[in-house]
Amino acid sequence: MALTIPDIKRIAHLARIEINDSEADKTLNKLTGILALIEEMQAVDTTGISPMSHSQDVVQRLREDVVTASNQRDAFQRNAPAVDRGLYLVPKVIE
Amino acid sequence: MINQSLKNLSQLLASKAVSSVEMTQTFLERIRQYNPTINAYITIDEEKSLAQAKAADSLIAAGTATTLTGIPFAQKDIFCAKDWRTTCGSKMLANFIAPYDAHVIAQFNHVGAVNLGKTNMDEFAMGSSNETSYFGGVKNPWDLTRVPGGSSGGSAAAVAARLCAAATGTDTGGSIRQPASLCGFTGLKPTYGLVSRYGMIAFASSLDQAGPMAKSAEDCALMMNVMAGFDARDSTSLNHPKEDYTAKLEQPLAGLKVGLPKEYFAEGLDSDVAKVVDEAIATYQKLGAEFVDISLPNASLSIPVYYVLAPAEASSNLSRYDGVRYGHRTAQYDDLMDMYMKSRAEGFGEEVKRRILIGTYVLSAGYYDAYYLKAQQIRHLIADDFKAAFKQCDIIMGPTVPSTAFKTGEKTDDPVAMYLQDIYTIATNLAGLPGMSIPAGFSASIDGHDLPVGLQLIGNYFDEARMLNVAHAYQQVTDWHTAMPKGIE
Amino acid sequence: MEWEVVIGLETHTQLRTKSKIFSGASTAYGAEPNTQACEVSIALPGVLPVLNKEAVQCAIKFGLAVDAEIAPRSVFSRKNYFYPDLPKGYQISQFELPVVGKGKMTIQVPATSKHEAYEKVIHITRAHLEEDAGKSLHGAVDDMSGIDLNRAGTPLLEIVTEPDMRSAAEAVAYAKKLHELVQWIGICDGNMQEGSFRCDVNVSVRPKGTTELGTRREIKNLNSFKFMQQAIVYETQWQIETLEDGGKIEQATVLFNPDTGETRAMRSKEEANDYRYFPDPDLLPLAITEADQAAIKSQMPELPEAMKARFESEYALSSYDASTLTSSKAIADYFESVIQAGGDAKLAANWVMGGVTAKLNTEDKTIVDSPINAATLAQLVIRIADGTISNNAGKQVFEAMWSGESDVDAIIEAKGLKQVSDTGAIEAMIDEVLTANATMVDEYKAGKEKAFNALVGQTMKASKGKANPAQVNALLKKKLDA
Repeated sequence: MALTIPDIKRIAHLARIEINDSEADKTLNKLTGILALIEEMQAVDTTGISPMSHSQDVVQRLREDVVTASNQRDAFQRNAPAVDRGLYLVPKVIE
Repeated sequence: MINQSLKNLSQLLASKAVSSVEMTQTFLERIRQYNPTINAYITIDEEKSLAQAKAADSLIAAGTATTLTGIPFAQKDIFCAKDWRTTCGSKMLANFIAPYDAHVIAQFNHVGAVNLGKTNMDEFAMGSSNETSYFGGVKNPWDLTRVPGGSSGGSAAAVAARLCAAATGTDTGGSIRQPASLCGFTGLKPTYGLVSRYGMIAFASSLDQAGPMAKSAEDCALMMNVMAGFDARDSTSLNHPKEDYTAKLEQPLAGLKVGLPKEYFAEGLDSDVAKVVDEAIATYQKLGAEFVDISLPNASLSIPVYYVLAPAEASSNLSRYDGVRYGHRTAQYDDLMDMYMKSRAEGFGEEVKRRILIGTYVLSAGYYDAYYLKAQQIRHLIADDFKAAFKQCDIIMGPTVPSTAFKTGEKTDDPVAMYLQDIYTIATNLAGLPGMSIPAGFSASIDGHDLPVGLQLIGNYFDEARMLNVAHAYQQVTDWHTAMPKGIE
Repeated sequence: MEWEVVIGLETHTQLRTKSKIFSGASTAYGAEPNTQACEVSIALPGVLPVLNKEAVQCAIKFGLAVDAEIAPRSVFSRKNYFYPDLPKGYQISQFELPVVGKGKMTIQVPATSKHEAYEKVIHITRAHLEEDAGKSLHGAVDDMSGIDLNRAGTPLLEIVTEPDMRSAAEAVAYAKKLHELVQWIGICDGNMQEGSFRCDVNVSVRPKGTTELGTRREIKNLNSFKFMQQAIVYETQWQIETLEDGGKIEQATVLFNPDTGETRAMRSKEEANDYRYFPDPDLLPLAITEADQAAIKSQMPELPEAMKARFESEYALSSYDASTLTSSKAIADYFESVIQAGGDAKLAANWVMGGVTAKLNTEDKTIVDSPINAATLAQLVIRIADGTISNNAGKQVFEAMWSGESDVDAIIEAKGLKQVSDTGAIEAMIDEVLTANATMVDEYKAGKEKAFNALVGQTMKASKGKANPAQVNALLKKKLDA
């Protein structure tokens, strides 16, 4: 599964990270090395082995349906790049 | 004062020989003196620290103090601390003032401990040398031309240079233990789920775990008493009964069965490190421990598995940094897409972007089964190896890192070489097991510098108290853990 | 060529919980922007999700209501994509292992000029729990959109059907039935204006008689049955015309514009989606035991299907009447209250359907707004059943009740509607009528049945409508045949 420049550009776009041609070149080089490392996995026969998402075999705990949060809009929006009348502002969203 | 144990510092405070304000001032003084060189801290806020110290002094005066009340701790800048700038080592969060406390921070606040400042770290905890921090690298106090390890490099340097009484760290693939080995102190990564992740900025959610970084096992035990505990806000927090981690410290080691995994002593281990580890094993034999050879046959796969799972989770965890609600937003943009693409390209450093791209790739359509699913299956095999091993022994020992601290810049252009730093530590994160590194000696002097070597202990789930006991027994008969780097006295 | 449309629905129902699915923020509608957006809702660094118990119980209720498999273990996954109203850059949803598996629902498709009313079974593919996104508001500031995250994290149950529907009417009948069901079992408030119930409709067409599915286009976010009907009709026609003109249908997400009645492809969703689903490491598997299910089952109201069957057997109602009366829980409850207050079942059914609901429909109201409560309607039904008034006179009483009067007997008294049931009085009236209409009597005797009805009419007229018609009939017959 050799990685190509178009692959790099596609995943960079999926990840919303701008990448120019020379960066894409460098990245391809580094990621190819990392993927070679990862490829070692393919030698292992994992037939019938269940995937492990969590280290402990526990199930989800449920929260009682109670409103516990209060309005902290002003505190939270102090970190916001652009707000107007309580709304976070972004360039126009086109549907 | 600076080389005292937490217990002694606590006694100094309790006896009113020293006030918390004085103690905090002492460390702030040292930070002013040494931090410009070492760069262990990203954010210092003397006013806030001293206010906490003052409050602690009132608690002490009122007689309502507990062991850690008034003691100044360094907090890794991965923990949100209310009204503190919390950057996670990234330009993305360079101006982020956390509006809430992480569980760990709240726990320290609850006992009246002092937050001395936020320590430097690899950006979003991705790195093994602290060189990926947006706020610059951290110098290893034992040799300023070398790295302290990572990702908790700032906390590591702060502990080693005695710029705090002790520090917190987080460990996703070795980020507490590897710097503990490289900087010569004691670090513990607890069982996954023992310390709440709430408010700890996520790197790889299924692997991240916070733990203490301190001079000794005893200090770590006292910190664990504060840090560990169930938290309803973290679904992966385990409802494990509260323990006193100091209770078993003095237990004798006679009859302790120690497993030595042959894979951890194979090719790739520096002879200097091997020698120190062998000596430590000999010391343990004298303490009554018995040794058995064990095997962790899938251990060598832990790096490939980790470099699928951790980037995959990270790529998703870091999607929230989009310049909309907080964090870096690019100055100039044409439209929404452009804003996303530029803000994220500018806000993240090289290594973080690299891992986001790997993670995005392994999760993308057509590759999920071959990479992500496969990695999760092998993760199962790795965990099963440990399960089998713990049928033969009580604790596993080996080197923490294959080598001592390397030179700044030595591995920055070779991510794969950098990743191999964590070859002995990652498997425990994948299995969710507790792991520790304790100072066990020094390498042969290079350019007049002695470089610390760590011994790794791996315990079964929830065996932290026993591990601390095993480490403590060693620290009663050795003094590696009290050694201080030259030039910082 | 004859074409067949194939339709499947994905419905997002907002669950009626007080707090969000993964945090303690309020879900109340209509608050000031971002005042119900807690640290989890806005995805601050370091925050974590914890699952709301009530949301899980709602999902179980739905599973039980559509006779579905409920997964003993289901998993939450992350659906990764960037959008400003999606604060984490991923939506927590369920992918491979949803909480509710295969189920089914029977719908009633109303009669049209082309066909009789009929029933059809629609298969539910799955239903899964997920979180809602926030809202993007346009126009507040030039060239910018404003993001309100109050809705972000509101629990949703996404209900997916098989492509079982073959007309807009079937799709609307399903959507209406589902809309009623989720309110019936109390998991959704059904408020479509507020977006509590939103449908995505997958439409494709194929030559009639073929089995392969055509390429589908998904009409997003329909929040009215009328728009759904219009959108499907338009979309179907558009697809048929495109194909007949030699064109090809491209898979797309489209929006319906109620002003033009047309659908158009969305610009923002043009790029191929690669959601990179993977199990959310912040959440553990959701376990639901048999006991959990049993506990919830015991609290569930009687379901519409069961209630319909009971109405048919217990009250001897026709299938149509029983189905109409169970079309909403409020109507069914109202109907049963009338019976409990002493009303005759068949009469009660007629008055609830023909009287109350007909009137509500013309006034565009629902049963909770009815000015006549069940107990009062029962009084009217009792007076008709006991012969105090005729069914016809009942209509006048009903009108008076609708405008606010509530004492049935007082209305009857005031309007002088009491039925004459005194045999002697009726006989006297009949005698007069017979004398005055000798020709009709002769005609009747000559075999003209129609004359009989005319004589009944004359008698009723003579009584000013108050004579008991059944008695008039019987007495008249007796006299004429004597």
